[in-house]
Amino acid sequence: MSHQPPKGLPSRPLSPFMLGQYYRFQLTSLLSFAHRLTGIGLSVGTFLLAAWLITLAGGPEAYGLFAKHLTAWYGQILLFCWSWALLYHLCNGIRHLGWDIGKGYELKTAYATGYAVVIGSLILTAAVWAVAYAK
Amino acid sequence: MSMRSPLGQARGLGSAKDGTHHFWVQRISAVALVPLALWFVFSVAHLAGGDFYMVRHWVHAPSVAITLVLFIAAALYHSMLGIQVVIEDYIGNEGTKIVGLLLNKFLHAIVAVSTIFAVLKVALGS
Repeated sequence: MSHQPPKGLPSRPLSPFMLGQYYRFQLTSLLSFAHRLTGIGLSVGTFLLAAWLITLAGGPEAYGLFAKHLTAWYGQILLFCWSWALLYHLCNGIRHLGWDIGKGYELKTAYATGYAVVIGSLILTAAVWAVAYAK
Repeated sequence: MSMRSPLGQARGLGSAKDGTHHFWVQRISAVALVPLALWFVFSVAHLAGGDFYMVRHWVHAPSVAITLVLFIAAALYHSMLGIQVVIEDYIGNEGTKIVGLLLNKFLHAIVAVSTIFAVLKVALGS
């Protein structure tokens, strides 16, 4: 780090010196971080969903202009990310509701439910896209 | 001995004068969104590849329109509460924070009313 401690003070490591060398990566903190990130992403996604319904009320032309982007490759990637983000936030949200009633705080349980959330959200996402493409 | 006055303790609103209201309504909307969001993603997956008329026909059904309005209301309310926490957590400057909090509320209200109006227009239209 280029930061120099103020004169007269002993040289001590400054934040974020823990990252990289000493900080051990944990699934639980990553999932917590992902919960907030997917939440922010879903807020934006909900606005896009709102635009979808508003163009639907606008008539076939307005709807066609919007739907063209949704069915394009980048729209499909966006929708895929959106569906996983929603299902992850939903599964991890249930985990949070468990904590709210005081359940699942043991380290072993917190990891087990963490893995369950990752796997569950992936299975649900696969199920949604199977429904969409199996027709 | 608690430093809190008996009246303050009875009210239970704390220093922010809001008590547990934000926490509680965030949980209520979360519980409501579990079935609503699952219904929505799987319904939209079913609609995949459908054109304007197919989607309009779907929204036209009263049961769909009602559930859609419930989903939009719960999702945007939950979104507003979540973004509020993000703004409170990461924006230090008091002025910017208040502007952000106001914009967050206004934007969500505008989007919620517009979207619900759009759904009703499709559902009640011919």
